Amino acid sequence: MIRLIDIYKSYDNGTKALKGVNLRIDDGEFVFLVGPSGSGKSTIIKLLTAEIAPSDGRLMVNGYNLNNITPRQVPYLRRTLGVIFQDFRLINKKTVAENLTFGMRVVGATPREIRKRVPYVLELVGLSKKKDMRPDQLSGGEQQRVAIARALVNNPSMIIADEPTGNLDPQRSLEIMMLLERINELGTTVLVVTHEKELVNRFSKRVVAIESGRIISDGTGGYYNNETTI
Amino acid sequence: MRQRFNFTYFLSEGFHSIFTHGLMSFAAVCMIVACLLIMGSFSLVAVNVGGMLGDLEQQNEFFAFVDETYSQQQVMDLKTRLEQVPNVKEVTFTSKSQAKEDFAEKYEGTENAAMFQDLPDEVYRDRFGIKVVSIEQFGATVKAVEEVEGVVNTRAESEVANGFVVVRNVASGVAVILVVMLVVMSLFIIANTIKLGTFTRRDEIAIMKMCGATNGFVRWPFVFEGMLLGLAGAVLAFFLQWGVYGLIGQAITSSDTIRLITVIPFKNMALEVLGVFAGTGLVVGVGGSMVAIRKFLQV
Repeated sequence: MIRLIDIYKSYDNGTKALKGVNLRIDDGEFVFLVGPSGSGKSTIIKLLTAEIAPSDGRLMVNGYNLNNITPRQVPYLRRTLGVIFQDFRLINKKTVAENLTFGMRVVGATPREIRKRVPYVLELVGLSKKKDMRPDQLSGGEQQRVAIARALVNNPSMIIADEPTGNLDPQRSLEIMMLLERINELGTTVLVVTHEKELVNRFSKRVVAIESGRIISDGTGGYYNNETTI
Repeated sequence: MRQRFNFTYFLSEGFHSIFTHGLMSFAAVCMIVACLLIMGSFSLVAVNVGGMLGDLEQQNEFFAFVDETYSQQQVMDLKTRLEQVPNVKEVTFTSKSQAKEDFAEKYEGTENAAMFQDLPDEVYRDRFGIKVVSIEQFGATVKAVEEVEGVVNTRAESEVANGFVVVRNVASGVAVILVVMLVVMSLFIIANTIKLGTFTRRDEIAIMKMCGATNGFVRWPFVFEGMLLGLAGAVLAFFLQWGVYGLIGQAITSSDTIRLITVIPFKNMALEVLGVFAGTGLVVGVGGSMVAIRKFLQV
């Protein structure tokens, strides 16, 4: 569960990225966070992953109070989150399966756990047959599937996807969104940060719109419906 | 959940990284070898001179001549007072007649033998042979003894001792300065080697951190890399030092002019040298990697 209560964030250069953001995302939800460039979307992601700390306000993520989280606790917070990026961030010198293995190994998973979990997740994202290929031998959509698989491999309670379809064509983008929807149906909370309005409107999900550091709408049924429930 | 320490993973990653940046690793090892060799050479010179000084301390003795008007009782009192002088280790009394016998024995069989045998006892004087604790205070001790009432004068040959003291002090001083300079340089080179590794793997590190890797998990492979580089340098330097020391020792002992200098066999010090080299290599390697990785952990 995510709770942002009256969150403010100012950077050292004086930029006020967030100005009193209130947001609650419950377990099992699928939420789109939309807004133009510079609206504060990426700042919210960085706050949620504890890359940066809020200037003011209260912030809770998956049971961790990020206002007073210690550096030692940060890795354990991140293990409850699976993060997906626009540029995939895969290790090209490793195969698809090795990328997943790597994701599990860094959190101390045993070889037995790895052997059990990796094929299951590859099956889930439809990449079982490409497990021995390297990411640079795959299409963009497939690479993003690998990134999703890596995000899922440690069984996080929440997936945070930062512009996951930014580098993909419309058809691949739709496939990725459908995959994320399926993952959500299996019980994982999903937060998708995007500015692709058409894609958002194809799904009947909760949409939180942010602009100039403030949430301007929060509702279900598409970006353009303006069904504000703040 | 506490993460287990995956020794084989860290070691293999560290080992792999050494070969990925082969040239820099080679440069780092060479630097460590050079540093340890220079440090070791100066230290071994200091140790050898120290050993010779120790021998000198055992042998070096100066004489304090006693006032001729002193009675036997006064001479015994004087001995007690001399023993109380700082840095005096041992005081041995030699009477006039004993001194005469010693001389006669010393020159027996030489052309001067008859000259010493015919001399009356009065030509000689009662004396104390005095040994010192530390040869570095030899001159000061002689001076202090001269000031003791009842001592007429002294005879001391302090030039040799002073020469060794100077050599030892210079060697030790130079060794300390060089060690500090070279350790800093080695740290810098190792840190740069590791930094290169962390730079090429910065994306990987960012992924690791995003997946929830602890700082320790990210740091350990680089620490192992530094450790391996440091140890490799130490082992190489040890064998090179052994060879160089052996060659120089052999040259000294086979030389007619400088064979008076005694060289401590390397085998007698091998364990200590290996220990110091390995310790220094480890400190430099681990220290360098810690310095290098610090920045990349702030993700």
